[in-house]
Formats: sequence, structure tokens, C-alpha cells
Amino acid sequence: MIDPLRNFLAICTVVLAIIAIWYAGAFALNSQWTRDQAARAGTELSLGAIARDTMRQERPKLPAPHQVGAELWKTVAQKKITSKRSLVFHGWITLQATLLGFAIGTLAGITLAIGIVHSRTMDMSVMPWAIASQTVPILAIAPMVIVVLSSIGIQGLIPKALISAYLSFFPVVVGMVKGLRAPNAMQLDLMQTYHAGRLQTLLKLRLPASMPYLFASLKVAVAAALVGTIVAELPSGAVRGLGARLLSGSYYGQTIQIWAALLAAAALAAGLVALIGLAQKGVLKRMGMAQ
Amino acid sequence: MSDAIIQAQNLDLTFKTNDGPVHALKDVSLEINKGEFVSFIGPSGCGKTTFLRCIAGLEAPTGGALSVNGMSPDEARRARSYGYVFQAAGLYPWRTIARNVQLPLEIMGFSAAERAERVEKVLELVDLKGFGKKFPWQLSGGMQQRASIARALSFDASILLMDEPFGALDEIVRDHLNEQLLALWARTEKTIAFVTHSIPEAVYLSTKIVVMSPRPGRITDVIESTLPRERPLDIRESPEFVEIAHRVREGLKAGHSYD
Repeated sequence: MIDPLRNFLAICTVVLAIIAIWYAGAFALNSQWTRDQAARAGTELSLGAIARDTMRQERPKLPAPHQVGAELWKTVAQKKITSKRSLVFHGWITLQATLLGFAIGTLAGITLAIGIVHSRTMDMSVMPWAIASQTVPILAIAPMVIVVLSSIGIQGLIPKALISAYLSFFPVVVGMVKGLRAPNAMQLDLMQTYHAGRLQTLLKLRLPASMPYLFASLKVAVAAALVGTIVAELPSGAVRGLGARLLSGSYYGQTIQIWAALLAAAALAAGLVALIGLAQKGVLKRMGMAQ
Repeated sequence: MSDAIIQAQNLDLTFKTNDGPVHALKDVSLEINKGEFVSFIGPSGCGKTTFLRCIAGLEAPTGGALSVNGMSPDEARRARSYGYVFQAAGLYPWRTIARNVQLPLEIMGFSAAERAERVEKVLELVDLKGFGKKFPWQLSGGMQQRASIARALSFDASILLMDEPFGALDEIVRDHLNEQLLALWARTEKTIAFVTHSIPEAVYLSTKIVVMSPRPGRITDVIESTLPRERPLDIRESPEFVEIAHRVREGLKAGHSYD
């Protein structure tokens, strides 16, 4: 029983350290504004008064943790989830596009990987493009995709999901190419001695052997899908979604709102990755491959 | 007309490598008759595994003629004429023992009922009855190798090709498996081609011992065993056994040049 306790203590220590650094940062970054205000009013402030003020500004450079916490409480728990001020509402909008994009990206990634493993031509031709696609900044591509699609009448969920898929297919391709090639020469020879076709070798050997690789890349992919969706919500002037919250927060200098949305996005990503971790555990256990 | 099931005539195989051609097999001629147990013995690089892979159609000879069951090796492979046992058991970790054994049956399209029946039969044949539901990692190395032999037997091919199947096991387990293999051979009347590094193993198991030597890989001696088919383990202390082992050793020495 000592290990879970030690883990818990270790996690608490790290969290406390982060919060402490955060508070110190908030003081350091926000105190200048407090001093400027005091100088303009011609008043002298004690260090304690400055510290207190840096923790409760309305538009701080760096909001203090409790301010963000209060904002989260307000927008998650105290608003109806159908309200435009509810983070749950915006999170749900983002989650939908993320899941659709993740599904498209995963399917595309697996399909491409199967093609690459089976065809030398595809291996030579697709992989460089896949790599090139990821070197182009998503921030540059997202607005064009949104604009082009909206000009032909496609708006809302689909364009966001496509940008999300654009980011998430890549880790799946890389992981699955490696996974589908995981069987060694002997295992492939064995299939040959049975005169197994390519499809049978794929279904009975390559795909099961690739499962650990698949889950590792799905974890990266789902996080990338979320980033893609949020980036896609920025340029469209969207009014809904976590990206929209970030954007409107930055328009109006609402740093507390920005940080709350950031934390919500991080929590969403952590939740998605954890869900895939659970699926991984279940599947590998059923396959007798749990470590 | 002989009843040769495997016939090789002046077989040549040259691999092209970056360091120039490697002569893996040169002028190999051999006949293996139905029901024989033939061992191939020789140092690394003598082509014994390569010859086995040629029989299996996994490697294509560059010269000479080779027929298996009256067909070309590739046709024989397509006709599923042989079961192949590799040095490593190579069981799929995500399949139970029973499902590993039925893998070839799935690929060959046997019905579910027939698969179950055959799996049970071959698991009993290799003394693994009751282990069908276990995963490979729950079994010892020797049991895993037995499961891989069951897998090779499951579709009832008349030829069994074995590439150092017991090479990675310790001697006690190996003795036990050798004994079992002979019993299995007697029961199933298969034709077995068996690659090994071990002189006692070759002499104990075989009706015919093929001694090979490297650079280029070739046959230096073919020894017909005079031992009876019925072979208890202590036959290895008989003068006859020692004499055959001696001849194998001489053959290995003669084929080895030190220049």
C-alpha cells in the first residue's frame, strides 16, 4: 500500500510546486501595473498591498490560480450547459469536431499505412507528402480550408473536423507503418508456408501485431485532433467552441477567460488520452498481451 | 521407380550479396523416401537450413532440379504439402495455444467443428492436452515448441520440415522432446526432414543422416542408420550408436578445410 501513497504524495508535491511558481509569476508580472496605477494616483503602496492587488486585478497579465479557478467554477458549474457562457457548452462543441476529426484521421491513417506497407510505390510516394504536410504550419492552412469550404457552402462541424483530421492522421500513419511491419521474417515465412494471401496475413498477423503501436499513436493523435479543432475555431470568427472562447478572450483582454478555456482544453485532452489508455488496457488484456 | 518423396538433383543456389556472390548450395543431390526421418547436420553456413527452405519453396534454387511430392517446391507449398517448424516456436502472443494451433486451419478454410476436432487431436499428440486455453507466455520453452509442432501437424501434411526445432532448449528438455518426436513419427508415419547441430540428436532420431560442409554448401556424406526403429534413450550407449556417431564426426571433419 506504500506505492499508491507515494505516488499521490509525489503528484501533490509537483502540483503544489506548479501553483507556487504560478503565484510568484502572477505577482512578478502584475505588480508593474499596480505600481503604475499607484504612481498615477500619487499614492505609495506597501509591498503587502501590491501583492494583494496583483491577485485580484480584472485584466491581469497572468491571472492567479484562484482567479482562474473561480472563473472555471462560474462557467462550468454555475451556468446552464446550454448557455453561451458555459464552458461545458463550448467544450462540447469542440469535442464533437475533435471526435469526428479523430475518427477521420485514424481511418485515413490506418488506410494509408496499410497501403504503404503493401505497395512500394505508395511507400516511396505517400510518406514524403505525409511528412511535408506536417511541416506546413496548421495556422496557415486552417483559414484557407475554412474559407474555401465555406465558399462552397460547407460550414460548421465538417471544416473543423477536417483540420482536426489533418493533424491527427500523421501519428497514426507513422505508428501503424511501424506496427504493421513489426512481424519478423520468421512469422512472415510461416504465413508463406500456409500459402496465406496478403489479406489473411494482414488480418491474422500484421493487424494484431500492430495493436500496441496503434494505441500509442492514437494517444498522440487525439491530442493533436483537439489542437486542430481549436486552431480551426480561431480564424472563422466562430462564436462557439473553446477556440472561440480563446479568441474572444484575447479580443477583450479577458486573460482570466483565456486561461480558464486553456485549462478546460487541457482537461479535455487529458480525459481523451486517459480514455484511450483504458481502451488500450482492455484490448491488450483481452489479447493476452497486457504487460 | 523409387518412392522418393523429395528429390534433389545437382541443386545450386547462389545468393547475390554486396560482398559478391555466396555459394550457399553446390551440386546437392539427394533422395528422401516416404516415411524416412532424415537429419541434416553440419557447421553454420553449410546450407542445411537453406536446403530445407528450398524444399519449402521459401528459397528458389538457381540451378538443378528439385521436386516435392512430384511437384515443384512452390506448387507443393501451394498444395500445403508440408508443415514447417522453425527454430523459435513463433506462437502469436495474442492467441491462446488452441487458437495458435488452429491458425493454419483458419487460413486453409476448415470448418469450425473440424478445427476444434483437429486441434484437440494434435494437442494430445504432442502431450499438451488441457493447455489449449493458456497463452504462450504461460508455457515453458519446451511446451511452446511442442505447440508449434502441433501447429505444423494440424493440417495433416505428409511432410514435416523442422529447422533446428530444439536448438534453443536445454539438453534435458531436448532428450525428452526427441523421444516424443520419435513416438510421434511412429504414430503418424510422416516423412521428416530435420536440421540440427547436434550429432547425438541426429544419430538418435534419423534413418538417414546427411552430413554437410560449408563454402560452398555441399553434401559430404549420407549415412543410412542401422539402428532399429524402436529406440529407447539408452540406445545412445550402444556400440552401434557410437559407431554411427563416429562416422558423422569423421564426415564433418573431412568436410572442414582449415586453409
